[in-house]
Amino acid sequence: MAFGVIKNVRKVFQLEEIGWSALEPIVALDDASFRFEEGELVALLGPSGCGKTTLLRIIGGLIAKTAGSVAIDGREVTKPMGDYGFVFQTPSLMPWRNVLDNVLFPMEILRKNDAAARRHAHELLELVGLSGFLSARPHQLSGGMQQRVALCRALVHRPRLLLMDEPFGALDELTRMDMNDLLLRIRHETKASVLFVTHSISEAVYLSDKVVVFSKRPARVVKEITIPLSYPRSQNVRFTTAFTTAERIASEALGVVAPAAEEASAQ
Amino acid sequence: MTSRFVSQILYPLAGVVLIVAVWALACWLVDIPTVVLPSPDRVLRALIIRGDLLLSEGWITLKETLYGFLLALAVGLPLAVAVANSRPLNLMFYPLLIALQSVPKVALAPMILVWLGTGLESKLAIVWLVAFFPIIVDTAAGLRATPKELLELANSLNASPLQVFLKVQLPAALPFVVTGAKVAITLAVIGAVIGEFVGSSEGLGFLLLSATSQLDTPLAFAALFALSVLGIFVYALVGMGERMMSSWLPPAPARH
Repeated sequence: MAFGVIKNVRKVFQLEEIGWSALEPIVALDDASFRFEEGELVALLGPSGCGKTTLLRIIGGLIAKTAGSVAIDGREVTKPMGDYGFVFQTPSLMPWRNVLDNVLFPMEILRKNDAAARRHAHELLELVGLSGFLSARPHQLSGGMQQRVALCRALVHRPRLLLMDEPFGALDELTRMDMNDLLLRIRHETKASVLFVTHSISEAVYLSDKVVVFSKRPARVVKEITIPLSYPRSQNVRFTTAFTTAERIASEALGVVAPAAEEASAQ
Repeated sequence: MTSRFVSQILYPLAGVVLIVAVWALACWLVDIPTVVLPSPDRVLRALIIRGDLLLSEGWITLKETLYGFLLALAVGLPLAVAVANSRPLNLMFYPLLIALQSVPKVALAPMILVWLGTGLESKLAIVWLVAFFPIIVDTAAGLRATPKELLELANSLNASPLQVFLKVQLPAALPFVVTGAKVAITLAVIGAVIGEFVGSSEGLGFLLLSATSQLDTPLAFAALFALSVLGIFVYALVGMGERMMSSWLPPAPARH
């Protein structure tokens, strides 16, 4: 059995969950199913606001699903498991804590803030190149550096699964490429399983073992694309045929470009 | 002489000197009666001769202000937590709180006097009443403005409600609490003076009232001056508290 099994997940937001602004219940997710293996990096790719973030929160146990099942490592997820790591769209650091204490926040909550935890936090910050900023405050760091701190915070308790919600969406192109390479390096070191929500086709292809493509809201899985590129990857793979082919398949699944066959017949 | 000294001390001081000079000049040239506008030197003389009186009355007003303010903090903070964390309580009382905020609380002073008499209790009640609202409203707003992601992060780790409150909500709300406290302490001084106006036999407000009724305008001006000093002093106290917590607070741009 696969490490993660997401089966027929449906989510309907009721009025009280979203306030009075909506007149009728919103179907955010309609029948989402996919599987992934331990240690895999899977990108959830779809248009903005399609409900993939909602799916990520359901997998993380943060919000309840309306129907379907989510099982991670054989456990049905109905509430937060306490051993997942989260990285959000914004760094969401605590402005009143310095870098090191931000990273150690999960260990405090889990009451495991001991010498080993501090050592691990130091290692992680070293890995992302921030060992010189342990006592800096978040506002003194650039957006990319803040998101690297958030990444360390998500990894400090050695989570079984790392859930990332468009974590690099707010960064500029070059910083984003750096962060992608950093994530792959960290994934290699920690062997973490990663679910990565994004709306960037090239980011999804560059990072993942598998891309799961979602439709517009209500989201359903329209295609699963296995990326035939070996790790470690470098930015050079962006110019290989395998990479551009995968990008093309993803674009077609998203409806951004017409399928290759149709285009040929139109000419 | 540093430029900081020039811009932050010399210039403000020059402004004050200029205004006092114009005031003195006006009194001397136009020959305004002392009852209407005493000259600066008369006010200064009143300040020196009646210094002991001003200090002892000021001490009373200071106590009323600070005690009332602390009482407002002691009641306002837990209530803000209750209102921010409980949806039923919030629905029941938050609109009421906002509505009550617009009631001119000073107008309640005569009634409070009837209920509590002319002693310290009625002053504390009035100060508490005016200082309470900014504290509870700002604190509740701060608690509710806690970034959703931080709450989700804490939830994802199965944090207890107490952990969420102490490690996330409270520190996130602190800048709002400070903002509320700054407004509250300014209002507290006003509350104390109003309380003394309405019914009292001591305090700077009472002194101001009795001095004007005896046409002792220099003393009234001196009392006014003492009140200003008192106001600046208590505001500075809150500012000191803010600086002591500065390691908790986000950098300046996030606040006002």
